[in-house]
Amino acid sequence: MSMIFQYAIWFAGLCVVLAMLCSLLRLFRGPRAQDRVLALDTFYINGMLSLLLLGIRSGLTVYFDMALLIALFGFASSVALAKFILRGEVIEP
Amino acid sequence: MTLTDLPTWAAMPAAILLAIGGLFTLLGAIGLLRLPDFYARMHPPTMGTTLGTGCMLVASMLVSVALLHRPVFHELLITLLIVVTTPITAMLLMRAAVHRGRR
Repeated sequence: MSMIFQYAIWFAGLCVVLAMLCSLLRLFRGPRAQDRVLALDTFYINGMLSLLLLGIRSGLTVYFDMALLIALFGFASSVALAKFILRGEVIEP
Repeated sequence: MTLTDLPTWAAMPAAILLAIGGLFTLLGAIGLLRLPDFYARMHPPTMGTTLGTGCMLVASMLVSVALLHRPVFHELLITLLIVVTTPITAMLLMRAAVHRGRR
């Protein structure tokens, strides 16, 4: 029964890595800036998911802390980039 | 506390949830890569993000409760953060794209 769980973890890891490759391709060839920001958003979410899978496999709490930090900082960077696209400035006087 | 002594009632739903979450994430990224327009490319990543992360976090909660007997505080916090922040990012990006003009 635990073999099935191992296979499921491998399958999910493969899917997450392929998703990271897809979003990286979109990040490199996106025609405009908002495409690149959207691809970066997807990319950090997929990185957080891969860290979460590592945490499930190893059972350590450190990976969950790292996933939480990645989610927090990725949100801040995405909002800053979207604000920059919208206004041309991040922090307005 | 290795994965080999995971009980069956937790292993089967966790395996199914992990597979479904990985498939949703992959489908969202493929939609981001293949769709022709930015406004069409906007929604597959949000679907993949929310559903894939939700399924994987529920699987992680099952494994933690069954195996480690520790509280699932981290998973609840990550779920709250993802559910709150994904629509904000999508809305800001959509406003920026509308502001910059249709392509």
